[in-house]
Parts: sequence; C-alpha cells; structure tokens
Amino acid sequence: MKYLNHLHLKFDALSINEGFARSAVAAFCVGLSPTLDDITDIKTAVSEAVTNCVVHAYPNGFGKIEIFVGLGKDFVDIEIKDNGVGIEDLEQARQPFFTTKPTEERAGMGFTVMESFMNDLKLSHNQSGGLKVFMTKKLQPKNLMASKTQNG
Amino acid sequence: MQVNAKTLNDTLYISLVGELDENSAGFVRENLDRDFSNTFCKQVILDLSNLSFMDSTGIGVLIGRYKKLKEKNIPIFLSNPSNHIDKILKMTAIYEIMPKLN
Repeated sequence: MKYLNHLHLKFDALSINEGFARSAVAAFCVGLSPTLDDITDIKTAVSEAVTNCVVHAYPNGFGKIEIFVGLGKDFVDIEIKDNGVGIEDLEQARQPFFTTKPTEERAGMGFTVMESFMNDLKLSHNQSGGLKVFMTKKLQPKNLMASKTQNG
Repeated sequence: MQVNAKTLNDTLYISLVGELDENSAGFVRENLDRDFSNTFCKQVILDLSNLSFMDSTGIGVLIGRYKKLKEKNIPIFLSNPSNHIDKILKMTAIYEIMPKLN
C-alpha cells in the first residue's frame, strides 16, 4: 500500500467551502505530525486549487469539487479535481501572472503558489474534461508536538 | 473577516482581521474602497498582523487597491505579515509597489 491513510471529500464548488476544504485537509494531515510551516503550505496550496475550481471551472455556477488526500510515511499526496470546462493550455496557465480574467483583479499566481509551496505539481484533464491537480508535499522531519512543547 | 480603519494624523491605518480568500475578497474590497473614498489621509498603512490566512486571491485584492490609491497619489504600506503571507507577498513582488514597514 502506497498510503497509510486516505481522505475523500466531495462538495459544491462555492467560495464559502474554501475555508472548510483547506482546514479539513490540514486537520487530516496532522496525524503525520507535520511542522506548522508544512501545514500552512498545504492549506495555501489547497486553497489555491479550490479557488481555481470555484472561479473558473463552472461558468454556470454549479458543480462539484473532489479532493483526495493520501498520507504516506513522510509525504502527503493531494488530488483536487472538478468536472468543469478545463483549461485549454495547461503550460500557459502555469506561467506566473497569467490570468484569463484580467478585469477581475486576479493575480494569476495560483499555480505558481501551489508549485512553490508544494514539492510537486502535476496538471491534467480527467475523462470529463475537467481539471485534475495533483500535488505532493514532502514533510519536514520535525515534530509538531515537540515544537509546541518547546515553546511552552 | 473584519476591516478596521482609524485615522491618526495624516495616516489611515487599516487592520485586516481573519482569512482573506475568494470568499471574503468582495467584502474586503468594498470596505477598503469605502475607507479610501472617505479619507483625506496622505498615506495608508495596512496592518496584516491579525490576518491569519491569505492566498493569491489576496494579491489580486491588494494590487487593485494599490491602483485606486495611485490615482489619488496616496502611497500604501504593509506591516506585520505572518511568515506565510510574507512568502506570498515576496513571491509576487508586491513590496515593490507596497513597501513593507519594519
């Protein structure tokens, strides 16, 4: 078995669910005793991927987001997918500051943030044509509980 | 999410409290724009010490506010970001247009 533990979530592509999604994934990872830095990196990357689904995947406003989390001994795999319209040019989408919605004050930094905060980022399309984001975070060996104890 | 503003001398101090993401971006944008349009200040300081989370949606919000203030020739500064928010701000070179106060 590649993973010690799995989590599977499916929820509506609404911005109100972003906080839930990033907190749920972060809470699930706590079992591996990650550092606070690693947890914050994971939360941010999840938030970016979920935001993409909410903002871009479903122009009609309705759809689902699915998140799969697999915990290994010292790493976390996270897959976030939708059944939306997908992205025509995946390479272009990954470029910093690229956005298809320049009039909406969007930074175009979502994939750049995911790439910098995680150790690996793969983009592909699933059978329905929606986007699939696969990210891996290698956890630092430091123990979260130990650092809490040290701080008093 | 809370946006708390106060004016002291010629400076408008605004503190962002909570989590800035796609869900709260509209609220933050509206509140900041209202505070900016009502002010006669000479500079704006955005205090991020109580901003517990921000993703790149926040960068879009900040750049948008910078543009509005630039029209009025009012500089804006950022203060006290958490380590993780500092990382996002550096990555996107925001400090070049909104310098960080030490």
